[in-house]
Amino acid sequence: MSGVNAAGWRPTMGEAGEASEKFVTSSGDYGLMLEEPLSFELGAEGKCGVDIDTPERAPAAGLSKFLRKAAPDLPGLTEPETVRHYTRLSRQNYAIDLGPFPLGSCTMKHNPRLNEKVARLPGFADVHPLQPQKSVEGALEVIEQLADWLITLTGMASVAMSPKAGAHGELCGLLCIRAALDARGEKRDIVLVPESAHGTNPATAAFAGFKVQSIPATPAGRVDLEALKAKLGPNVAGVMITNPNTCGLFEPDMKAIADAVHEAGGYVYCDGANFNAIVGKVRPGDLGVDAMHINLHKTFSTPHGGGGPGAGPVVLSAALAPFAPLPFVTRGPDGGIHLVEEENRGEGHSRAFGRMVAFHGQMGMFTRALTYILSHGADGLRQVAEDAVLNANYVLRSCEDLLPAPFAKSGPCMHEALFSDAGLADGFSTLDIAKGLIDEGFHPMTVYFPLVVRGAMLVEPTETESKAGLDRFIGSLRSLAKRAKAGDESLHSAPHFAPRRRLDETQAARKPVLAWQGAPGEPGQPSLSEIGGS
Amino acid sequence: MRYLPLTDTDRAAMLDVIGAASVDDLFIDVPSEARLSGPVEGLPMHASEMAVERHMSALAGKNLSAGSAPFFLGAGAYRHHVPASVDHIIQRGEFLTAYTPYQPEIAQGTLQVLFEFQTQVARLFGTDIANASMYDGSTACWEAILMAARITRKDRAILSGGLHPHYGEVVRTMAKFTEDEIASLTCELTGEPDDAAVIAAIDEKTSCVVVQYPDILGRIPDLAAISEAAHAKGALVVAVVTEPVALGMIEAPGNLGADIVVGEGQSLGVGLQFGGPYLGLFGCREKFVRQMPGRLCGETVDAEGKRGFVLTLSTREQHIRREKATSNICTNSGLCALAFSIHLTLLGGNGLAQLAAVNHDRTQAVVERLTQIPGVSLLNDAYFNEVTLVLPGDAREVVRELADRKVLGGVSLGRLFPAQEDLHKGLLVAATETTTDEDIETLASELAAVLEGVPA
Repeated sequence: MSGVNAAGWRPTMGEAGEASEKFVTSSGDYGLMLEEPLSFELGAEGKCGVDIDTPERAPAAGLSKFLRKAAPDLPGLTEPETVRHYTRLSRQNYAIDLGPFPLGSCTMKHNPRLNEKVARLPGFADVHPLQPQKSVEGALEVIEQLADWLITLTGMASVAMSPKAGAHGELCGLLCIRAALDARGEKRDIVLVPESAHGTNPATAAFAGFKVQSIPATPAGRVDLEALKAKLGPNVAGVMITNPNTCGLFEPDMKAIADAVHEAGGYVYCDGANFNAIVGKVRPGDLGVDAMHINLHKTFSTPHGGGGPGAGPVVLSAALAPFAPLPFVTRGPDGGIHLVEEENRGEGHSRAFGRMVAFHGQMGMFTRALTYILSHGADGLRQVAEDAVLNANYVLRSCEDLLPAPFAKSGPCMHEALFSDAGLADGFSTLDIAKGLIDEGFHPMTVYFPLVVRGAMLVEPTETESKAGLDRFIGSLRSLAKRAKAGDESLHSAPHFAPRRRLDETQAARKPVLAWQGAPGEPGQPSLSEIGGS
Repeated sequence: MRYLPLTDTDRAAMLDVIGAASVDDLFIDVPSEARLSGPVEGLPMHASEMAVERHMSALAGKNLSAGSAPFFLGAGAYRHHVPASVDHIIQRGEFLTAYTPYQPEIAQGTLQVLFEFQTQVARLFGTDIANASMYDGSTACWEAILMAARITRKDRAILSGGLHPHYGEVVRTMAKFTEDEIASLTCELTGEPDDAAVIAAIDEKTSCVVVQYPDILGRIPDLAAISEAAHAKGALVVAVVTEPVALGMIEAPGNLGADIVVGEGQSLGVGLQFGGPYLGLFGCREKFVRQMPGRLCGETVDAEGKRGFVLTLSTREQHIRREKATSNICTNSGLCALAFSIHLTLLGGNGLAQLAAVNHDRTQAVVERLTQIPGVSLLNDAYFNEVTLVLPGDAREVVRELADRKVLGGVSLGRLFPAQEDLHKGLLVAATETTTDEDIETLASELAAVLEGVPA
């Protein structure tokens, strides 16, 4: 049992013989490969990394019956211990700052540090959302300037800024459609969603109270226009189309789709997750779109932060603009910028469908996105789209001889290259290539999405990658494809060089352990012995 | 352009490999009439880092920041001191520029943080489990109501009058579309919260009661009594905590019978940021886990038997279940969860208790001083770090006049409840460890001057 330590090691399972061949350190760390226990296993009751004043007064008498019986059962750490704990943990993460992060549909581009600096200016970071308007004119101006850019870049009439993320923006757009239909006195309850759509699309439609009907794709990976037309009718509220779509292709029939939907009395929602491919090149408003969310954390580089926070403003056509939720910022006839909320909505904004968040949306992301946009300007944003598309096509054409690209035989892709795992040796799949990429020092691409392609591998390099960086990535991808075609068994156990080997997700789901169960300062994990017994 | 690494030579070489004559050939699927021939008109061209910083700094300079004035605002967003190490750590690129841990072998940093965060939130709330965070407190509140409806198979939710009106507005907006029934009790300017009215409203059709703790006026409802009454009729209790620092001092809602506890985590680590990004907290009983919205991180082992963490129970989520998912939520509020978790790790349970005691002490000092002003009275005797003061007239004008005197004196109830004239004399005043005696004295003297009509 010498292999068991406080960080939760236990004797190796499987792969007989490997443990004895491996050099074992007594600490469990290996040079710069550092293990790190849970903070609770490090901390002790009574330790604190903040010096806090001693209160002068006893609690008010009225509070006595509400007082806690004991302080929350949470150990503390001093500052050096805290900094070390999180720094050691951070080294177990891959990140854009370390190399390419080609997750298709996620647009993992460089996060400029000026954006971080600006967001931390006290005039933005240290302002309360309910301060009197006169004391936050600069904040309102940021919202207004960003709104103006988003409207102009998309050719739309208006923008709702408050949604907190892409899926929240989808919800905002669909609720605008519901409100517009209600105003027309119509009860349409079906939303058409292509089968290649991101999972949030059908989930959002259901969340907004619609029934979802699926539209098939053509063999070329596009929305089947005729199939869509056949489904249109008096109960169809609208369609949700992703353009460029999740196969990395532009929908050439977008205008025809929009015209058909409009003619049938419905609205067109466009998922703007892939706007990075067309920003500055095409305005969705020119294609008949009624609503589209913009993921500021994708196209406009606000940091992904390990899974959020995002931001999902929704641009709206003139038909939907009156229904945008409160609060919002407008420029009055006097040229002044005003915050419209419940208190002052008045007659002019009586059709707003309600409110989606407590305050004004993701202000900290607005400052970052505006900083990014001003840095690039209209010319730079256009270059972003061109370079993103160029990089994706370069990957596509550099690998398609080894990995089939089902939809790009006849023409270019947009900002992401889609491959399939067809043609690998028996028993080898996308997962093996993805885990092999980890050993090669890259973050894998999006895998098994979209669902319309067998063993999908969706590679979105973004404009952030240099040609030299792409050549390295392509070299690794080609090498892995060859190994998988040749049946190289070592791929099945990849990654070999990551902080962890493949993790047992079935175990995690069967007996969920979602919180640490020990007492502060206690090493070890009661749950581990249970797992060990299975 | 400083952010774009391709050179023109690179671009030409890459087009050769692709077999395209120009980049425009790659946009061939875009109908030519929709393609723009040059940069979008009416917008400026690229700018240097220095020029952009100058522009943005000028905008920031137009705001009166909380740190540059005596500051007493709360109502769901609180100004606390955030230790410098918190912001330092969240700016590490490995946290800042990573994404959702889809590849757990190279995302153990983020995953372990989420596991620690879930544990901290559960222990703070007194719930068995917590998820990896939601967008903010208001959206977490609506998700809790939906979850209660799924569990109880009933669809009438009762909102206490003490619920933040913006939260209530979010709930009513969403419910309008899902056709859930929402019974909203009216907020009244009384010293006691509306526990009796909440209890009286519970019937057999009730899925849940939603009670803010402490409530929007700073009062503290009796969650134990409400829980007993709700459970007797098969309804769940959703407790809403907009100021988690309070739980260093007052009993955790889960320990008082609340079944689902949601909250706004902004107070710890995140900062004011004019309203976002913030951090939705979500905890509940373990038996409800498969009805929970949002991401969950769970413990497991890797192929060598080492402890590791993964996202788990994703069969609840949209990317697997599509239209049958428990929620459409995709991203959480990861970086804010990290900030919250670091701040709480620095504090520990005892530190949080002491911080809470200081917050309460500062608020007592505010109450002692402001109630000396003629015409100003205290509404609620039981409070944590926020109280309602009743002024002689409409507090909205007073707040604006105070701001003109460079004092951010609180949140008027008229701003929060514009339609309810009976509340308009109410002024919400919050104090935290950042509130100094000088701040309190300045607020007191300026408030007295405003009420007496002395010109600034």
